[in-house]
Amino acid sequence: MADPRHRLILLAAVAVLVCALFLAVNLTGKLSYILSYRAQVIATMILVGTATGVSTVLFQTITGNRILTPSVMGAEALFVLIQTSILFFIGSARWDSVPVVGRFAIETSVMVVFALTLYRWLLVGKSEDLYRLLLAGLVFGILFRSAAELLQRMMAPNEFNILQGRLFAQLTLPESRLLGIAGGLVALCVALLWRYRRDFDVIALGRDVAIGLGVDYPRIVTRALVLITVLISTSTALIGPLTFLGFMTATLAYQLAGSQRHALLLPFSALLGVIFLAGGQLVLEHLFAMTGTLSVVIEFTGGALFLLMLLRKGRL
Amino acid sequence: MKALAFPVALLAVIGLMVASLATGAGAVPWGRLWSDPAAWDVLLISRWPRTVALVLAGMAVSVSGLILQVLTQNRFVEPATAGTVPAASLGILVIGIAWPAAPVVVKMLVATGFSIAGLALFLLILRRLSLRSALLIPLVGIMLGAVLGAITTFVAVRYEMLQSLIAWLSGDFSVILRGRYEVLWLVGLLTAMVYLIANRLSIVGLGRDVAITLGLNYRSTMLFALMIVAMVNGVVTVVVGTLPFLGLIVPNLISLMKGDHIRRTIPWVCLLGSGITLLCDIAGRVIRAPYEIPAGALLGVFGAVVFLLVLLREPRHG
Repeated sequence: MADPRHRLILLAAVAVLVCALFLAVNLTGKLSYILSYRAQVIATMILVGTATGVSTVLFQTITGNRILTPSVMGAEALFVLIQTSILFFIGSARWDSVPVVGRFAIETSVMVVFALTLYRWLLVGKSEDLYRLLLAGLVFGILFRSAAELLQRMMAPNEFNILQGRLFAQLTLPESRLLGIAGGLVALCVALLWRYRRDFDVIALGRDVAIGLGVDYPRIVTRALVLITVLISTSTALIGPLTFLGFMTATLAYQLAGSQRHALLLPFSALLGVIFLAGGQLVLEHLFAMTGTLSVVIEFTGGALFLLMLLRKGRL
Repeated sequence: MKALAFPVALLAVIGLMVASLATGAGAVPWGRLWSDPAAWDVLLISRWPRTVALVLAGMAVSVSGLILQVLTQNRFVEPATAGTVPAASLGILVIGIAWPAAPVVVKMLVATGFSIAGLALFLLILRRLSLRSALLIPLVGIMLGAVLGAITTFVAVRYEMLQSLIAWLSGDFSVILRGRYEVLWLVGLLTAMVYLIANRLSIVGLGRDVAITLGLNYRSTMLFALMIVAMVNGVVTVVVGTLPFLGLIVPNLISLMKGDHIRRTIPWVCLLGSGITLLCDIAGRVIRAPYEIPAGALLGVFGAVVFLLVLLREPRHG
């Protein structure tokens, strides 16, 4: 097991096994219906796990730390706020006349513009003070969440119901129309990011070193931030916000990969994301007979892991 | 000019109280107040309790934020990020499941107990950290809040209480009626006691060694103050729910304007805390009349903006 590639293959095998178990355990009733339903759930999990795993590792490489994650910095809450505002100011009747693909494209574009502005402003030139940044990110997250909540309270009840259905299309209720687009987007973003994997190895050494070694730093970082934002929007559109999933997958990926190379880190993190989601749901559903609470459990484990890391190290 | 500042602020808050008495879905029959005793009903059953609750809760939460900031020597701590409010919420859920019809006093005691435990847990965690940055403390607090909140949500989902829980905790003053708000007077009393021990708190805020050298019983003062914080937040969480950021922004704004002489700033903290809470609640009643938006929801947005301004504006402070 000294070779990280062997560990990667093993992890891939575990991921496949967990997904297979998720499909196969307790098959009763109408087979074709259950299988197609579970396949949709699994597809959602694979997309969300991959998107979260990849975007978190790259975000941490770009910001040069292993604590900040896009979700902790409020990215998912921002996307929820954007969806809420659009529905609030435009109204569901007019907004629904736009086809699903168009709606998603507009929401994601708005998100990219806002996220790029916010993170460039927050991250550029202020990175010497990690704590302030992290705290500001958390408070931005709270701000976006409360603003969305406020708008939701001011909505007409039927609009609110429509929004609820969209925001919390939970893991167990996959949005099948969105799956195709989301799959294409995630594949495209990951493929584009994968091309830069060696540049990211250099960027991880720091901005000045990377520029000195001939990496086109501003261009790659801007592109990566755009792609990361698209990944986050996609995953949030599919299952809603999951604050600590990315933190867990990235933290474990660094431990398991035992290497700084993104060619390894990215697949490790993505696979871990899939395993957490599918495995967690499997355990919850069949051991505890509870569905729809996976996000809560991930919130709990991820938050506890964060605190534990902090306590063990005594610092960030 | 300076001598007039406090009376003017006091008058402003009284003005807001009158506005709060006059604002709402049902009209107060002002003209008949002198002749018809029944005309007082709206005022006495709903508006007056609500207004008093706003003033008391607003000032108590703000002052308990001030206490925490002095005791932990950290500007960015507040009750909600020090374990008390998330723990009290869990307590309210537990008693709501175990004994739904429990009288308010029992709920209060349970919430206070949980809130003390939450605060103790937070302080235990703090003792284990080497504090390189003052900003680490609120970070830990927010994370602890997220973990406790996840436990609460999990239990609530399990017992199908999620909706009631959200309603209980939303910082909604529209549910305050006669018979429910009276325990808040206790909170007001506790806040008054803080004023009496203000100078001792200042000394405790100088650190353990200084306080002991100056002949202060460090442990008991610290314990007393923390118990007040835990009780205040337990009770307020039971009666109105959470008031996000209030305990953080009010002491910070006052400290920017008036400095850190605690005994002198406590009255200001009380006024500003009550004023902001009143303003948020009145706004919540007006924006979408005749429907109401909880003051807590408005405070969440307003407070987060002010917090970000304080946090990002002076990079070498706190």
